[in-house]
Amino acid sequence: MNRRLIARLDVKMEHLIKGVHLEGWRKMGDPRERARAYYSQGADELLYMDVVASLYGRNNLSGIVRQVASEVFVPITVGGGIRSLDAVRELLSVGADKVAVNTAATIDPTILSVISDTYGSQATVLSIEAKRQPNGGWEAMTDNGRNHSGRDAVAWAVEGQKHGAGEILITSIDQDGTGRGMDAALIASVAREVDIPVIASGGVGAASDVVKVLSNPDVSAVAIAGALHRDKLTLADVRTACRSAGIATRSTELEVAE
Amino acid sequence: MSARTVVVDYGIGNVFSVCNALRASGIDAELTGSLSAVRDADRVILPGVGAFARAMDALNEKGLSDTLRRYVDTGRPFLGICIGMQVLMERSEEFGEHAGLGFVPGSVERIPDTASNGDHLRVPHIGWAPLHGSKSWEETSLSDVADAAVYFVHSYHCVPNDPTHRIAHADYGGRKITAAIRQENIFGVQFHPERSGDAGQKVLRAFTAL
Repeated sequence: MNRRLIARLDVKMEHLIKGVHLEGWRKMGDPRERARAYYSQGADELLYMDVVASLYGRNNLSGIVRQVASEVFVPITVGGGIRSLDAVRELLSVGADKVAVNTAATIDPTILSVISDTYGSQATVLSIEAKRQPNGGWEAMTDNGRNHSGRDAVAWAVEGQKHGAGEILITSIDQDGTGRGMDAALIASVAREVDIPVIASGGVGAASDVVKVLSNPDVSAVAIAGALHRDKLTLADVRTACRSAGIATRSTELEVAE
Repeated sequence: MSARTVVVDYGIGNVFSVCNALRASGIDAELTGSLSAVRDADRVILPGVGAFARAMDALNEKGLSDTLRRYVDTGRPFLGICIGMQVLMERSEEFGEHAGLGFVPGSVERIPDTASNGDHLRVPHIGWAPLHGSKSWEETSLSDVADAAVYFVHSYHCVPNDPTHRIAHADYGGRKITAAIRQENIFGVQFHPERSGDAGQKVLRAFTAL
């Protein structure tokens, strides 16, 4: 099975942003333009996160998604502030393929089954933003890392799967924005406990970080953000590094040829 | 007058994406749920995502099931995508047993959760996989995308009674996952051409050139 390389774009209002540990955001450019660039570099998917949506209680990305979905022909996942089936319907109707839910699911996990019963588990991603705890384990945080859910991240992943999630996006808050590598232990713990695909996120600074986490066969995909936004890395670089390490990813020669 | 390609709008998901991909491929298509538009079309594309039973309910409620049956009986080209492909079968075992349109003999079954070597397989099957065609796949213009990877996202797949109706498959842990079916003028693809980059657009162009 080819592993997936996903470009993650965190958005505040109209701006692509990137923080450290989900805080201290800096503007990184136009979220539409960067999406086009990542598509032409061979991104397997795009992941948009509205980082202020949970605070305001609504996802604000439908305008951006509508435009990007008409120009970029890979799957698009959208997250941030999704609390109702109406919000899901709106995002899917403008071209999103999947939605990622965090805060609303920690309050009432049945939102996952409501979404998956209507649109299928393949459209239902549980997003977990996890923070390492002093005495071991990780806690699932909500509202873009601001609040505590009181849930153990690994146990929550298992519960989310039972409620109908078709995929888990696991972000390490500790590693996010540092470019110092991913939290391999967190990702392995989650991937070992669930039967659905797991997307690892947070901490990629170099292609070797991706290779390292994908050397675990349980990990289906890696999301990369800051390293791409800062042009430290291209998806083509990552693909090449994976290939050298014997990790299968999609061959994109055809795309390049056209 | 150029041929009329109709994308059937029946309130099930990704029609917007399918229309975008057709437009980017230079294909002028009409998005409509009108029975007369489907009846008069030169080519029909039935998209869809989500649950099988919900898609069938929508087709039945809108009177599209009978219209589609009469359309395919004329021998004109038909392409079902994802759930739009699965509803072509006689029945599905997704969330209990449900009747499909029955254009292609066979059923829709859950993807096995073990690989051929006994390893665990994660379901849904999500990702880019190359297509492996059968002889009949090579006889269609859709085979232009042989070797290219296309995007799959599904937990169930079509199992035709007649193995020659399966014209392409993807490998998942040594299991053959049905990627494309064909019975005469009726085509179905499990992958998402509208989300499969240039390879997917080639599939759409090949279909609309039939």
